[in-house]
Amino acid sequence: MAEIWTAYLWPLIIMVAQSLLLLVVLLIAIAYILLADRKIWAAVQIRRGPNVVGPWGLLQSFADLLKFVLKEPIIPSGANKGIFLLAPLVSCVLALSAWAVIPVNLNWVIANINVGILYIFAISSLSIYGIIMAGWSSNSKYPFLSALRSAAQMVSYEVSIGFVLVTVLLCVGSLNLSAIVAAQDTKLGILGWYWLPLFPMFIIFYVSALAETNRPPFDLVEAESELVAGFMVEYGSTPYLLFMLGEYVAICTMCALGTILFLGGWLSPIPFAPFTWIPGVIWFVLKLFFLFFLFAMAKAIVPRYRYDQLMRLGWKVFLPISIAMVVIVAAVLQFTGLAPA
Amino acid sequence: MNGILQDYLPLVVFIGIAAVIGLALLIAPFIVAFQQPDAEKLSAYECGFNAFDDARMKFDVRFYLVAILFIIFDLEVAFLFPWAVAFGKLGAVGFWSMMVFLAVLTIGFAYEWKKGALEWD
Repeated sequence: MAEIWTAYLWPLIIMVAQSLLLLVVLLIAIAYILLADRKIWAAVQIRRGPNVVGPWGLLQSFADLLKFVLKEPIIPSGANKGIFLLAPLVSCVLALSAWAVIPVNLNWVIANINVGILYIFAISSLSIYGIIMAGWSSNSKYPFLSALRSAAQMVSYEVSIGFVLVTVLLCVGSLNLSAIVAAQDTKLGILGWYWLPLFPMFIIFYVSALAETNRPPFDLVEAESELVAGFMVEYGSTPYLLFMLGEYVAICTMCALGTILFLGGWLSPIPFAPFTWIPGVIWFVLKLFFLFFLFAMAKAIVPRYRYDQLMRLGWKVFLPISIAMVVIVAAVLQFTGLAPA
Repeated sequence: MNGILQDYLPLVVFIGIAAVIGLALLIAPFIVAFQQPDAEKLSAYECGFNAFDDARMKFDVRFYLVAILFIIFDLEVAFLFPWAVAFGKLGAVGFWSMMVFLAVLTIGFAYEWKKGALEWD
């Protein structure tokens, strides 16, 4: 009996506690990331943004949550009810599950699996299903068109993100996310991170992440002037909230992935005494928020792309450049002998 | 607990808890919110008039083409992952064989481009 307790039950309880802790922190962080997004957007347009609920509008997201829960849920009469309700759940749960492998500090990770990158790549490919299911099951024209567009868009940029990941993997020699951060831990601090040697890939990653998460300027999926609210037209109440949540969690995942791949994860940018005392998780959050700030600024200042421009950028610009970069990085590593053993 | 269980059980637990939170949010308004559905409220949105036919209509074949191209390139990326991880240990043979593979794919890509598979206008 005691053996079962120490060998199975106790580790299981720890796992559940860790997962709950990360999810709660993540969801509260999302609430404030959402608020920050609105505030940054408002500030660029010289507005105040949400400022009524709580001091400086700090409780706005929680008021929104309450409002969503109290709204009447609608299932259109022509919809396939099961798939219609499953779609928001799928997109939200898939977006959240990517966080199980993201290390926020040294050894601070739920599942330190050695195929972390592959897992995230798989999860982000699967997230298209939520949108396709929503668009198809709604049995309404706008969601249907939007789901097609969205699938094609996400799929196109998935490819260039894949090649970006390969270039980083060439430099690291491991699929483990903690190992990728550890490989950037040189004596050089901020200059030793991969954003510098792989700068073109960092830019491609950032723009592809915008497109992958359907953020402006690539938000053709829900281009209000064409497709009303895109694949979410028929959704209201918490099913809609789950889509929103999934979208923002996916954005945070992309920012976290950018932090880990190119900005040295939890490492301090200045590699000596007073700065290395600051806990790694604080650096991680600061870097994540820096990338999110870039996302929010892109939303505020860049006009929306047209669909043919979007597909041209993905297939005719990013794909050739990223294939070429894979060859160049591999060749440099091969002929300078810098490849990790 | 053995190695693989120790690595992957937390993943399953995490996804399970995420699913429970999502499900709780999904079910909540069906329990607490006031509901009064009617035929107009439940009809599909179509700019103010009644929906005339089924929404699942024909769509542009280019979406299908993009999906096929995606499968090719995504498989290619999946093929590159193990090569990239083992890159340091493969030596010159590993490097050049992958360069040949990439060259073949680049020729295919150039052909698609020339054929106009990537045009959207």
